[in-house]
Amino acid sequence: MIPELGQFALILALLLALLQALFGIAGPALGRDRWTAAVVPAVAGQFVMVATAMGCLVTSFIDNDFTVRYVAENSNSALPLFYRVAGVWGAHAGSLLLWIFLLACWTVATAFGTLRLPRNFAARVLGVLGAVSFGFLLYTVVTSNPFLRLDPPWADGMGLNPLLQDPGLAAHPPLLYTGYVGLSVAFAFAGAALLEGRLDREWARWTRPWATSAWAFLTCGIALGSWWAYYTLGWGGFWFWDPVENASFMPWLMGTALIHSLAVTEKRGVFKSWTLLLAVLGFSLSLIGTFLVRSGVLISVHSFVSSPGRGEFLLTFLGIMIGAALALYAWRAPKMQSEAGFELSARESFLLFNNILLVTACGTVFAGEMAPIISNALGLGKLSVGPPYFDPTFLISMLPLLALVPLGVHARWKRGGFGDRGRTLLIVLAASVLIGCAAAFGLYTGAGVLSAVGMTLGVWIIISSLIDPIDRLRRRIAIPRAVLGMTIAHIGLGIFVFALTSVQGFTAEQDVAMRTGMSAPDGGYSFQFQGTQPVHGPDYGGVEARVIVTRDGKPVAVMYPQKRTYWVQHMIITHSAIFINRGSNILVALGQDLGDGRWSFRLQVRPLVMYIWIAALIMAAGGIIAITDRRYRIAQSAAEDPSAALAGGEAR
Amino acid sequence: MIRYFIPLGVLVVVVVLLALGIHQAPRKDLVPSPLIGKPAPHFALPSLTNPDKQVTSAALRGHWYLFNVWGTWCVSCHIEEPELLAIAHTGLVPLIGLDWKDSRSQAISYLRQKGNPYQQIAFDPGGLEAIHWGVYGAPETFLVNPQGIIVYKYIGPITPHAWRHDILPRLPAGQTERGS
Repeated sequence: MIPELGQFALILALLLALLQALFGIAGPALGRDRWTAAVVPAVAGQFVMVATAMGCLVTSFIDNDFTVRYVAENSNSALPLFYRVAGVWGAHAGSLLLWIFLLACWTVATAFGTLRLPRNFAARVLGVLGAVSFGFLLYTVVTSNPFLRLDPPWADGMGLNPLLQDPGLAAHPPLLYTGYVGLSVAFAFAGAALLEGRLDREWARWTRPWATSAWAFLTCGIALGSWWAYYTLGWGGFWFWDPVENASFMPWLMGTALIHSLAVTEKRGVFKSWTLLLAVLGFSLSLIGTFLVRSGVLISVHSFVSSPGRGEFLLTFLGIMIGAALALYAWRAPKMQSEAGFELSARESFLLFNNILLVTACGTVFAGEMAPIISNALGLGKLSVGPPYFDPTFLISMLPLLALVPLGVHARWKRGGFGDRGRTLLIVLAASVLIGCAAAFGLYTGAGVLSAVGMTLGVWIIISSLIDPIDRLRRRIAIPRAVLGMTIAHIGLGIFVFALTSVQGFTAEQDVAMRTGMSAPDGGYSFQFQGTQPVHGPDYGGVEARVIVTRDGKPVAVMYPQKRTYWVQHMIITHSAIFINRGSNILVALGQDLGDGRWSFRLQVRPLVMYIWIAALIMAAGGIIAITDRRYRIAQSAAEDPSAALAGGEAR
Repeated sequence: MIRYFIPLGVLVVVVVLLALGIHQAPRKDLVPSPLIGKPAPHFALPSLTNPDKQVTSAALRGHWYLFNVWGTWCVSCHIEEPELLAIAHTGLVPLIGLDWKDSRSQAISYLRQKGNPYQQIAFDPGGLEAIHWGVYGAPETFLVNPQGIIVYKYIGPITPHAWRHDILPRLPAGQTERGS
């Protein structure tokens, strides 16, 4: 009964999404006020129906209802409750439903957020969101229904992929999708502006909090996925340039460009058509990413079981959706004139460089992602792309971008130059070079030039971000939330660069064979193997080693790396033990039983690696703080109140 | 203003390429590799574990073997590793590895930690050999018969299901009985 209820709710949601799109787009266009007024009720109705469908699927998972094919394929009665719920988004159909559910949540939030905006504009925004939702609902109902029954039902389910049985991964898809789907709100604002054919600085102020919050969620989601890969795959890598990782990274790069471009459009009324384009492209890339993951054109760890019909449907949908937006763009954008000019050394220029470099970086990732598909489609033979391509090409656009961050932050709007900050910046730059080189060559041995450059850039960004807040504090001027958020996000970026350089340059790792009681040194620590014992989990068994870690004779940690065998799937998984010591990671992975009490181990000490993820969280926190700025809360009246508009975003 | 149409043009190109991509997608079940039924490429490559020795196709003649393309940078290969060990454990068919675009030291320490399922491993840091095999993503696995003909190709990480239903039935009966 419950699966049928879910299916029914899904179909009703589909119809309501269609109405929402129709009323929202046609109502304002034809001047029918009643249609326009019906948009918000359609949003509410759609949300209730989608939430019902989601609730039904969760219930089927919790109740171990193995008459439902999707549940039987992705769960098992031995699975703990937590992972039964996470199993909902463990495969294609359910994760699609999660996507739709999050879109419905964002839509409701948008409906509340746009209550005080002009009615026709708000209706258009919700209409575009309705169209997006309609496409995904149709896709689910037609090709990927999670509520299909099994006849005869299975006695027990196939279980959840053991790699996915992890708290980090259970939370990764919801966070990542929240970011992905959030970009659809910025897309909808762009769509509404294109439909209206009008874009002013107010539009940018309305859009900014949505774009920034989506970006913050995307940042957290990517960081969590990378953290998961780091400790589950047990291999010490945190970024593999896997096609699916790239699929989430490209919208992030585009979103980062968007939030910077929006700042210029709000402040100065320039880059209008460019900002619109970025808003459209950001969401387009998340659609294309979805297509790449779910159509089977690319092979990846994350690939869902694919069928050609699904790929064709998604491609048609994204072609129509993005095609309509870009056609509208080609028609309307030429009329959106910039309100002012600016000098080459003005902040506008630096933000333009920021945009160009981010879009270039995104382009190189996109090219690498598409290369195997293109060469295959054109019959040019096979081509493969991996870290050997991505690492250097990405670095080429990132190094200048990082070097320019402080200049962009401190350059003045419009007339350009740095004023009295020029001297301070020079001093900070000199200090950064000193600290960066000292850190690279002094703290670690065997540093290369790239390590010194990376550490210098990290320090340069962190210290220069502090100039303005310190100056304000000294002069007892309040720091607006927007400036505070930007500062925090940039400090996060600096920490990220510093930590990444440290990990890339100074990781100590080795493989050793140890007998019980033996010790091995690595990266300044000593590891003593004290024997193994069996372990028993809910759906796995295995063996666990006890390793005592000491530094200078003092005990640091006792670590228990495991090798687990999951019975249901017959998979053996290495479960590394990780100990965090002042931001550095000590990682012990248990290898093979070499016979007569000897085991192979992989020992790794990665300095500062934790700060890679902490830095990502700091960046996201900066974004969240920025959107709590006063001027976004008083969206309606701020335009007439010049002091409020000046308070934010102004760094001097 | 032509330049405002550029994004639309790019989209059209991308969509067309993706559409072509779907139809040539590596569908594990439907589209066989053009190499199937053809002789496997001749090769003579340095061994990963012992650079002085060579792994050659000539020496492999007369035996069934599974030719598995992998690399430590390839996440799917990490997923596949336990199943490869299980296959090696059955002793039904030797696994010959092609370590693709990799660094020797990393590959060796990887095998030391995770276990080495391969009987021999050819080392292909430049990726040229993989091109002869028509590989465009790791992992890919080829089943080669004693006459040196490619019988079957599997794309992506080998699952227990693929081993039991796609690869095992293609081995001659005598060989499978011995193991089961």
